[in-house]
Amino acid sequence: MNDRIVLTYHVSPEDFTRAGEASSDVKNKLKQMGVSPSAVRKVAIAMYEGEINMVIHANGGDITVEITPEKIVMILKDVGPGIADVEKAMQEGYSTAPDHVRSLGFGAGMGLPNMKNYTDDIQIDTKLGVGTTVTMTINL
Amino acid sequence: MTVRDILELLDGEILLGEENLDTEVHTACGSDMMSDVLAFVKDQSVLLTGLCNPQVIRTAEMMDIVCIVFVRGKKPEAGAISLAEGRDLAILTTNYSLFEACGRLYEKGLTGGAKIE
Ligand SMILES: Nc1ncnc2c1ncn2[C@@H]1O[C@H](COP(=O)(O)OP(=O)(O)OP(=O)(O)O)[C@@H](O)[C@H]1O
Ligand SMILES: [Mg+2]
Repeated sequence: MNDRIVLTYHVSPEDFTRAGEASSDVKNKLKQMGVSPSAVRKVAIAMYEGEINMVIHANGGDITVEITPEKIVMILKDVGPGIADVEKAMQEGYSTAPDHVRSLGFGAGMGLPNMKNYTDDIQIDTKLGVGTTVTMTINL
Repeated sequence: MTVRDILELLDGEILLGEENLDTEVHTACGSDMMSDVLAFVKDQSVLLTGLCNPQVIRTAEMMDIVCIVFVRGKKPEAGAISLAEGRDLAILTTNYSLFEACGRLYEKGLTGGAKIE
């Protein structure tokens, strides 16, 4: 495998049914590269939760995935409303999702806790009215 | 238990993945909240759900779930099902409710796989 591979995606907020396409593509590519199934699954789940959050909370955004032999780094950047209280948002069960999101199967307040559990490192850089950048790392 | 056993126990109908009927299923999860499902990574799982949209199939894909059962006779639209084509995934539908469908599988020895301390 090359020493460094970078994948980039634009996540559209328009169509909820398409949310997850980027994560699906990354999952397939990592599998093809021969990354271990357990690492692939962690990346897929963490990125999918982040991608869904971008669609339901932040009007979409952009994702960069950097793959090296040592680690996989996912950077999810949006220019949405930002997160007022990150500590609260990280708690299981905390969600500001409206009812129509809940009827789609999201809004349990489990996304950020899942992202933390499935990754080796998560950094959330957010500013109200400016946007949110979530950086997640999985060591290989 | 295999996908075929689940199909029979739930008097179900297979919508996709006949070639996966003999896949072994080790654990089960019943939920309409996809993030709850995503918190639950187990090997060779079946997902039973009353939710019927493409994100159910995406969720199953991310987690390597081997079988989805849509309860109360629900069937996702063709576009959603096509997301699952070519994957190691079987999609079933049953007329039983979520509670009833889970109970029928549990009774035959399938569990959630989680240990409660
Ligand atoms: N990219 C984001 N921009 C703005 N707010 C966000 C973003 N991501 C998360 N949040 C806020 O943090 C809360 C918790 O997020 P989390 O992903 O844990 O739960 P959820 O998305 O509400 O529900 P679930 O993930 O279970 O479907 C959200 O309800 C929302 O208020
Ligand atoms: Mg979320």
